[in-house]
Amino acid sequence: MRRSREWFVVAAILALCLTLPARADEFTKDDLKKWSDAYMSAVKEGEKWFHSGEIGGNTVSCDMCHPHASNTHPETYPKFQKQIGKVVGLRDMINWCIQNPQQGKPLAADDPKMYALEAYITWERRGVKLEPGKH
Amino acid sequence: MRNGIDRRTFLKQTGLLTAAAALPMGLVEIAWGKGPGEKFTFAYISDAHLTHIKGTEFVQNFDKGLRKAVFEVNFMDPKPDFVVFGGDLAQLGKKEEIDHGLEIMKDLTLPVKWVIGEHDYYLDLGKYWQEKVSPLTYSFDHKGVHFVVLNSILTDDSWTNTRWPTPEERMRQMARLDNPNGSPFMVKDEQIAWLKGDLAKLKKDTPLVVLSHSPLYKIFKPWNFWTDDAERVQAVLKPFKNVTVFHGHVHQVLYNQIGTISFNAFMSTAWPWPYPVSYSQIPNKVPDITVFMNRADPFKERDGTGWGHIDEAGGKGFAYHVALWENSSRTVAKDTGMGKPADTRYQAPQDRIPPQTHY
Repeated sequence: MRRSREWFVVAAILALCLTLPARADEFTKDDLKKWSDAYMSAVKEGEKWFHSGEIGGNTVSCDMCHPHASNTHPETYPKFQKQIGKVVGLRDMINWCIQNPQQGKPLAADDPKMYALEAYITWERRGVKLEPGKH
Repeated sequence: MRNGIDRRTFLKQTGLLTAAAALPMGLVEIAWGKGPGEKFTFAYISDAHLTHIKGTEFVQNFDKGLRKAVFEVNFMDPKPDFVVFGGDLAQLGKKEEIDHGLEIMKDLTLPVKWVIGEHDYYLDLGKYWQEKVSPLTYSFDHKGVHFVVLNSILTDDSWTNTRWPTPEERMRQMARLDNPNGSPFMVKDEQIAWLKGDLAKLKKDTPLVVLSHSPLYKIFKPWNFWTDDAERVQAVLKPFKNVTVFHGHVHQVLYNQIGTISFNAFMSTAWPWPYPVSYSQIPNKVPDITVFMNRADPFKERDGTGWGHIDEAGGKGFAYHVALWENSSRTVAKDTGMGKPADTRYQAPQDRIPPQTHY
């Protein structure tokens, strides 16, 4: 009787293991590709908004001052932004631009558009070393 | 590429005082050497990019830039002989934008020589511009200098005529500087032939000034800081001993020397472009001799924008004065003693200042 219960427990555990998802350290090349593709689609979305006259209120698009997102310097944020007078992140400057030269309404910090813009801006700066705080 | 002379030698050669370099623009005297041609001054205003939003509403920021330049040119004393408009009066080539620009520019009390830019051209291929503003390609003589105006923003026929479904779409595509579907600027065979003919009867020591929108050399193709057939145009200009090209399009202080040809960029009244060195993914050919302008502070609406004037002395040289509204003015000069243009204050490496570092 006891032996059959043991076997039952072993069989139950085995069955459970086979139906559980893969363990956390066992992501595959396919997973990596899937997640990278998801990121790149945010980059593509960000590129669209970066070049869109509809991001602000006056048809001015980000690329008009920042072709290929140049002169945005994502690698230097967070930093003391002298004009704002405190340490801020990249998205604070994005919103400053949307509100001022683009005369639009700021994006919420968790707006998918904001993440997309940040994804595109950092993608165009890939490979450049981090220099947080640099003016 | 090193400049070859230090600042002290330059100042001695040109007779320029250190103090004079800090004076308000227009009072800097260049000691001209010997050579043909009479000294005169012309002003330039460029790259206004007036942007129509809807109805009678335009982007105020860009309107302000052009109005300020016109206002200041009118106050120049002594008055320059004429004003060059360096192209991109409009943003999307619309009649509203061109008309709005003409309305602002008509306040100038001096004659205007117009150069067309791609933002003026690609909606209707220059039709309205030719009706209301100016011919696209022409030449004129002024006080011993032969001026040539080129439409240097053409591109290949299929991109221009068949690639895009509507003129508006074509204009929008050309308006995007970092466009992967863009097409490089060209002067093209017909204009090159015209240029050869126009210059044929001139003596080789006649000073030449070429006015174009795009730079007539190759700096950075991804942003069309480029003219694809630049070498062919330069070959036509090469036999002449004294050639200066003034161009717009790049919205930054930029200068170079290739053989006997000096190149200088007009500022924009609307906004500054980054230097191509700021885009890390693609190599560039920004000329080594250019001392960069200060990095623009986006919180100062007019920073990195301006206009300027040129003291032209034909065979003796030129002094190119850049009026930057939020920065100290800059002067880039070349006299007969120097092989290439140089900034009168900052050219030597030890004279550079931190805001001139772009990354």
